[in-house]
Amino acid sequence: MGAHAAWRVAFGFAVAAACAGSFGVGPLDAGPALAKGIIADVDDHLVEITTDFSGQDILVFGAIDTSGDVVLVMRGPLGQVQVHHKARFAGIWVNAETVAFAAVPALYGVASSRNLFEILPPEMLDRYELGVGRVRFLPVDGEMPGSGPFKSALVQQKKKHGLYADRVGRVTFIGSTLFRANLHLPSNVPTGTYLIDVYLVRDGRVVDAQNMPLIISKVGFGADIYKYAHANSIVSRLSYGIVAVMVALLTGWLAHLAFRRR
Amino acid sequence: MLGALLDWLLSFQVYLPIAELSVSVLLLLGLGGGVGFLSGLFGVGGGFLMTPLLIFIGVPPAVAVATQSNQTVATSVSGVLAHWSRDNVDFKMGFVLLSGGVFGAMVGIALFSILRHFGQIDLVINIAYVIMLGSIGIMMLVESAQALRRVRRAQGRALAPRKLHQHVWVHGLPLKMRFKKSRLYISAVMPIALGFGVGILSALLGVGGAFMLVPAMIYFLGMPTVVVIGTSLFQIIFVAAVTTILQSVENRTVDVMLAFVLTIGSVVGAQFGGRVGARLPGEQLRFLLALLILTVAAGLCYELVATPEDLYAIYTLPGLR
Repeated sequence: MGAHAAWRVAFGFAVAAACAGSFGVGPLDAGPALAKGIIADVDDHLVEITTDFSGQDILVFGAIDTSGDVVLVMRGPLGQVQVHHKARFAGIWVNAETVAFAAVPALYGVASSRNLFEILPPEMLDRYELGVGRVRFLPVDGEMPGSGPFKSALVQQKKKHGLYADRVGRVTFIGSTLFRANLHLPSNVPTGTYLIDVYLVRDGRVVDAQNMPLIISKVGFGADIYKYAHANSIVSRLSYGIVAVMVALLTGWLAHLAFRRR
Repeated sequence: MLGALLDWLLSFQVYLPIAELSVSVLLLLGLGGGVGFLSGLFGVGGGFLMTPLLIFIGVPPAVAVATQSNQTVATSVSGVLAHWSRDNVDFKMGFVLLSGGVFGAMVGIALFSILRHFGQIDLVINIAYVIMLGSIGIMMLVESAQALRRVRRAQGRALAPRKLHQHVWVHGLPLKMRFKKSRLYISAVMPIALGFGVGILSALLGVGGAFMLVPAMIYFLGMPTVVVIGTSLFQIIFVAAVTTILQSVENRTVDVMLAFVLTIGSVVGAQFGGRVGARLPGEQLRFLLALLILTVAAGLCYELVATPEDLYAIYTLPGLR
């Protein structure tokens, strides 16, 4: 396991070094020499969730042309989220008000080479949605007064479940141009298509950016079960239910046989 | 040293594909075993204990409820087979209960979908639990305490022969049927209605409903205690099976992986529980079960009334990932 990880890191750096080398070559690009200030990649664009999945680190590596800071932002697939506010009703806490938000990233994580506030002014952090509190999403029914607390509650809950984090990893430099970062994916990571944005920051400005996709998908037995259970056709879901019952009947019967002998 | 061993054992994780989280296999087996022990001890399914526990470890309530129905099928089958071998199942009564139960399950599933849509499913599950567990627990507590006192008084002298059961007006409703094994000649309306009610609960709460059905069969229908447990288990198999299938079709919330691991733990636990239970007198068992039920009810009641840690709850709409 350790050897495997080490190999992957080594491979990553080999690629990164090759990328860094290509800056010197330059002429391959028709544009100006500084057109590509940053170049990065993920060691594996497909994260497989198997039955024994318990979280995983992904390695992002790359190079920048000259010195600067690097910020990585990882966003999960967008979806609709309902936020319920509880209120006391006849002595019991019930879900009273509900605000639904559209296009909420299922996961959000930032990693940077220095503290975000040290490298970018607040208005820039806002513009690039850097930091858990700056993620933008709107209520489904449009902007409405009083939705603020609902939004921050959503972010708080996501943080609590480990899905939103300001520091999912740290960008470290090797020399002044090569960088790497391990981004942590928690065990409850939602599946879908992720986007990782890589920013090169210099003098309080984002001078270059790149993004790359990351697919997180269930594979193997677990994925088959999920697909089966969530199939669109009713007949298929019906047969899933029947199979679930059959498995239970069989387990119960075997248990009876196993214990009757003693 | 022991801690390291425990850590190592706990490190075996299983990814639950429908609940979408990974949990320690040992934890699930332990939960199944513990609840199975209690269910074997008291002769109830234990769903009313398992569902809250699953929610506690992070399984979404909707998945916990639906999966619990699936597991109930397995535990009831092994239970019924054991009772059948002792000829303690009234199949005719079972089928009559079932005819109401299947319709109840359908109504329950429809209710479940509606409530889930309005974001109130967790609340309804909790309130229904508190009301049911509270009332059943108090009834059992009172009854078993009286029985315990009677036993103490009656010690040393023979008990006077009692009437088989008390006749009340519901027994006289039309559609009279003879249930030979239960030694009853009563209206079928009562067991059908009882089955219907328990069917709704089964779908809504993911419980087999034995903890409700068993006292009702004894006190309302007047069935002999020996055949009650086997018969209630028999009808629960079908209601739980129908519920599992309907939940799969309607809500896609049945996690077979979770159900399977829990079942392994619970069938083993139930065997040990059954052995311990056989050595304890019935009144004492019922008294302990009543205390257990009331404890769960009190805990859930506290959750409803106490100011929640977080005043907001979030819910990601399915299918939009």
